[in-house]
Amino acid sequence: MKTVIIKYNAGNIRSVMFALDRLGVEGVVTDDPEAIKAADKVIFPGVGEASSAMRYLQERKLDQLISGLKQPVLGICLGMQLMCKHSEENDTNCLGIFDVEVKRFQSPVDNLLKIPQIGWNNVTGLYSTMFEHVPENSYMYFVHSYYAALSPYTVATTNYVINYSAALQKDNFYAVQFHPEKSAGEGQKILENFLKL
Amino acid sequence: MLTKRIIPCLDIKDGRTVKGVNFENIRDAGDPIELGALYAEKGADELVFLDITATNERRKTLSELVTRIARHVNIPFTVGGGISSVEDVNVLLQSGADKISVNTSAFKRPELVDELAREFGSQCVVLAIDTRFEDGDWYVYLNGGRVKTEIKAYDWAKEAVQRGAGEILLTSMNNDGTKQGFALDITGKLSQNLNVPVIASGGAGTMEHFMDVFENAQADAALAASIFHYKEIEIQALKTYLYQRGVNIRF
Repeated sequence: MKTVIIKYNAGNIRSVMFALDRLGVEGVVTDDPEAIKAADKVIFPGVGEASSAMRYLQERKLDQLISGLKQPVLGICLGMQLMCKHSEENDTNCLGIFDVEVKRFQSPVDNLLKIPQIGWNNVTGLYSTMFEHVPENSYMYFVHSYYAALSPYTVATTNYVINYSAALQKDNFYAVQFHPEKSAGEGQKILENFLKL
Repeated sequence: MLTKRIIPCLDIKDGRTVKGVNFENIRDAGDPIELGALYAEKGADELVFLDITATNERRKTLSELVTRIARHVNIPFTVGGGISSVEDVNVLLQSGADKISVNTSAFKRPELVDELAREFGSQCVVLAIDTRFEDGDWYVYLNGGRVKTEIKAYDWAKEAVQRGAGEILLTSMNNDGTKQGFALDITGKLSQNLNVPVIASGGAGTMEHFMDVFENAQADAALAASIFHYKEIEIQALKTYLYQRGVNIRF
């Protein structure tokens, strides 16, 4: 089995590679279209800023390539947001795999909301094969200022002032807002489930 | 709901943990990787590795160590100590660190915070402040608490957040090592007035102290070293204690 991690101008790629390594899987980091197309599994990670990431992908024509992939694809954090239609982060048009809007967290009037959300939060309404043997209310590690709104593609929900999509799924496209590679044993289980698809 | 975080801190010198750590179930208590992995397994929410090495070999040793930690530890970790440039940070993040912390270097050149936030995002920029209460207020200290400044901790924290710091690690020098509890007033002031998470540090001695800093000072996370290293408090027991008293905690 060949697992590819898409290389682009976003961080945390190394962490994903190490997490795969702990599962005994070698992840190849590449932006070569042929290698990505030929992979059995594709991971689209990311910590970074939406507009510069989209520009990077467009310059290399990776945007169309990712949208057209037929094998299981897992977007993580910024990767998930880029798979949505549009992000409020610098008003960026994204890949549009999920017809979902990505918005910025807003402080309620009477309460100071800390942005980004940094830390462990629970996920509920788990409804995807990637969550097999992952208990309801498991805690996952989140670091983000923008969120994907709830939608028909939502397969896990988290609350931070509002309920939003902790995970999305449509056909062969899977996406999580949290970092499974940093979410201890439960996160590891999700990666393992994805690799078994 | 977002949970409160419990963060053990490991001091590193020449690639080894310092302070007399004593655990029966690990082979080498001086090995940061083994100790870090053990804490992760016991339920630590995050780890902080603070490098206190002063030699020229420091950078290389540290980046190698960070790679080894990232390979073995499946929870987030922050690396701090002597970081003073975008390039330093780039190397550490590329090696697999999730966040870095800056202290004296950022105070001396505040633009560093802007540069780091712009280059890598606020989420990985932790501003560490050592502070001491005297003459009626909390002042910033530099160089590991050896050099006093005339700037108040709250003012510096506020400026750093405006410049892009994504988190504040606040250590009270008055409380550090006393085991008499965290500095609730300054921790609370920062936590309630800044829109970034505040990690309280210095003074943890009992489980009740953690309860106090979360409930009464609204700290987002609490950091401690020796009480965990010497097993005066077990992380699992601490989390159970907090959970039973209604604090949001990850199990």
